[in-house]
Amino acid sequence: MAKVTELRINGKRLAVEAEGETSLLTVLRDQLDLTGTKYGCGEGQCGACTVLINGNPRRSCLTPVSAAEKKEITTIEGLATGGYLHRVQQAFLDEEALQCGYCTSGMIMTAVALLRTHPQPSDEEIARFMEGNLCRCGTYPRIVAAVRRAAERQRKSG
Amino acid sequence: MTSKPYDEFVFEPERYELRSPPAYYFDLDRREFFRVVGAGVAVALVCRSGLAGQEPGRGRRGSQESLPKEIGAWLHVGESGEVTVFTGKVEMGQNIRTSLAQAVAEELRVPVASIRLVMGDTDLTPFDMGTFGSRTTPTMSPQLRRVAAAARDLLVELAAKRWNAKPGKLKAEDGKISDPASGRSIEYKELATGQALAKAVIDDEPLTPPTEWKVTGKSLSKVNGADFVTGKHRYTPDLKGPEILHGKVLRPPSFGAALTSLGARAAEAMPGVTVVRDGNFVGVAAKSEPEATRAVAALKAEWKPVPQIPRRELFDYLKKNARPSEDRQETGSLASALSSADHRLEATYTVEYIAHAPLEPRAAVAEWRDGKLTVWTGTQRPFGVRDELVEAFRLPLDRVRVIMPDTGAGFGGKHTGDAAIEAARLAKAAGRPVKLVWTREEEFTWAYFRPAGVIEVRSGAHADGTLTAWEFHNYNSGGAGIRTPYEVGSQRIEFHPVDSPLRQGSYRALAATANHFARESHMDDVAHQLKMDPLEFRLKNLKDDRLRAVFQAAAKQIGWGGAKSSSGRGFGIGGGFEKGGYVATCAEVTLDRATGSVRVVRVVTAFDCGAVVNPDGLKNQIAGANVMGLGGALFEAIDFENGRVLNNLFSLYRVPRFSDVPPIEVVLVDRKDQPSAGAGETPLVGLAPAIGNAIFAATSIRLRSLPMLPEGKLPKVNPGA
Ligand code: FES
Ligand code: FES
Repeated sequence: MAKVTELRINGKRLAVEAEGETSLLTVLRDQLDLTGTKYGCGEGQCGACTVLINGNPRRSCLTPVSAAEKKEITTIEGLATGGYLHRVQQAFLDEEALQCGYCTSGMIMTAVALLRTHPQPSDEEIARFMEGNLCRCGTYPRIVAAVRRAAERQRKSG
Repeated sequence: MTSKPYDEFVFEPERYELRSPPAYYFDLDRREFFRVVGAGVAVALVCRSGLAGQEPGRGRRGSQESLPKEIGAWLHVGESGEVTVFTGKVEMGQNIRTSLAQAVAEELRVPVASIRLVMGDTDLTPFDMGTFGSRTTPTMSPQLRRVAAAARDLLVELAAKRWNAKPGKLKAEDGKISDPASGRSIEYKELATGQALAKAVIDDEPLTPPTEWKVTGKSLSKVNGADFVTGKHRYTPDLKGPEILHGKVLRPPSFGAALTSLGARAAEAMPGVTVVRDGNFVGVAAKSEPEATRAVAALKAEWKPVPQIPRRELFDYLKKNARPSEDRQETGSLASALSSADHRLEATYTVEYIAHAPLEPRAAVAEWRDGKLTVWTGTQRPFGVRDELVEAFRLPLDRVRVIMPDTGAGFGGKHTGDAAIEAARLAKAAGRPVKLVWTREEEFTWAYFRPAGVIEVRSGAHADGTLTAWEFHNYNSGGAGIRTPYEVGSQRIEFHPVDSPLRQGSYRALAATANHFARESHMDDVAHQLKMDPLEFRLKNLKDDRLRAVFQAAAKQIGWGGAKSSSGRGFGIGGGFEKGGYVATCAEVTLDRATGSVRVVRVVTAFDCGAVVNPDGLKNQIAGANVMGLGGALFEAIDFENGRVLNNLFSLYRVPRFSDVPPIEVVLVDRKDQPSAGAGETPLVGLAPAIGNAIFAATSIRLRSLPMLPEGKLPKVNPGA
């Protein structure tokens, strides 16, 4: 497979040097120092490695870097703009929807993707959409509350 | 064998946690100290032996220039006004970075934002045995309060001297000392400037009583929460450095297998790869993680397996191989109480091995520089890991430093230094720092498990509902929470240790989960036998007011007695006392008769851990404990055969997910008159019996094994129930 030499991440074009089959997760973390995206299982089961590719939530541990080439990749580091937290990030803080925080990046990325397609999700929809994200600390009820809060804020701000 | 009176009787609940503490030599002298931390005012807390429990270190007598040796914690107010607190405790999601800062802010009268906690760094923080056993709130929190209160007094004295005023007339508030009489005020940072003032206090400085708390007792969001929601916080696997190599270990095909031969030529020929073989240890270091993985795959190793106990024989094995119990509790005459009882009941309960599976796997970064080894690693026992490294590499104590970046959970699973030792061994051979991150498969196999166990219970009761006889034997799972809180005239309670077939160790709440499951399930059966309401039966045999109160609070919240169990719906209750906390949990389950699947639809936990420090953080912990407990109660179990773990992935080992979690209601019983106890563990113990009892109420099926529903549904649905 051909080497991948450039990725579009968080609105920037970044030079990389990776075999096409290397996982996007490895490239993000080890080459670009974007360590907010976490490894939790490497088999698509925990969601800690979730990033957005063209706005859709993707498991970066299972995504070969070649599949992310020329697409818009958003990681947790790219959510806040102009020094302001994204409303989902803020909602996680407001609801204290984290304990150890290791699942948090993946949870937030998945929630951002959810709200893009379902601006007003019900609690059941939130749970269903986020079922693939594990929080071993058991913060689920607060995460649902945080997503609800972010949706609410999104609605108010139009 | 010894029989001890009830009150003096102490099982060894921490037998899987505690190892003997190392001799600790704390030898930073005063000049050195201020050189490291900068000018200012410092206060150290000296623990009088015995008073501070597990936290203090032991050491030599100090010279006059040295700081005292038996230090629990210290605090420094710097020239910029920043307050730095040093504690050996560590943060892993239990939120003590915030609750300890609250405690300091309270006594020192400064905003929480001006406080920085340096935690779990063996070169900078005082010795600490480890963060486990729900000890931080009851011991470290008061210690820090004392240090902060003493620092405040010291600052008051400095101001008094400066103004020639009486210290008693001055007030400390919001980072300032003021003199109400003259209207003068001065900031702490000004007082600290140019100082090199150190003071030691004994741990009996009076504290602000809970009824006057202003900062503590209120909810405060995580002090560094923004670092987590932005991905900025660096856990051990996120640490970077230009020199860092990636490590990987070749694991044996089964537990205990010995390496008989190794063909490493192909791996060694790869550019930039170092292969290490040292006894049974084989690992590689390479420039990138994919390269390390390829190098390990190129190794040709032969292993000699050792015989293993098959899983189906596990519980027999535990019973047959029990060593004589080292301790037992005995009161009254069990035999006569049993023979004169109107009702007798006997049952056996089992508990499987389960895994902690913290989301951040074990990881370490190790660096050798100028003969000193520094290791960053996610551990609950930085000092314990330091000692393991000292032993493994035969180094003097002061040549090893362990630093613990706040870690992605522990649950009792990050006590040992496996990853640290492996990374250090590889780094030593490679001559460069090495990062090693365990894969999920490694985490599920090579960590240690919550002990499996067999519990046998025999009881006797009078027809009027009085419990008269209680016999309780726990094989291997552990002694935590083994004592019954109920009043029983005649009892015998024993813990029987076994050499476990699988590697086992501590786990959140230890054996209290298993022991409460057996006891509270059994209590329910006895109530049923007596045709009594399970709550009423418990209260009849319970004198402890605080435990009664939480049982009643949980029952009230769920509407106990109002909503009746029926054939498709059941309510259950379970609770107990452990580690200073009182807990009662009610669960409501529904049953789909067609499929036999059971859903927990509602959970209520009432908890009393004395004076509440941070109500919101506490609720988060209690809800989290219930979610975690749900997995062990219903479906988590390690499946093993021939010395391998068969379900070593999240796709094979099911842990609770969003859809598993019912609404969890938390009732806090805030007892400002009682010392604060920890809350990371005890809230977990009532859930499994509450669910089991609810299932029984709905189906008349009694499930006596944890997990109760490994297949997700009842073994058989009894249509007559
Ligand atoms: S690391 Fe990608 S899903 Fe777990
Ligand atoms: S907060 Fe620890 S895994 Fe979610």
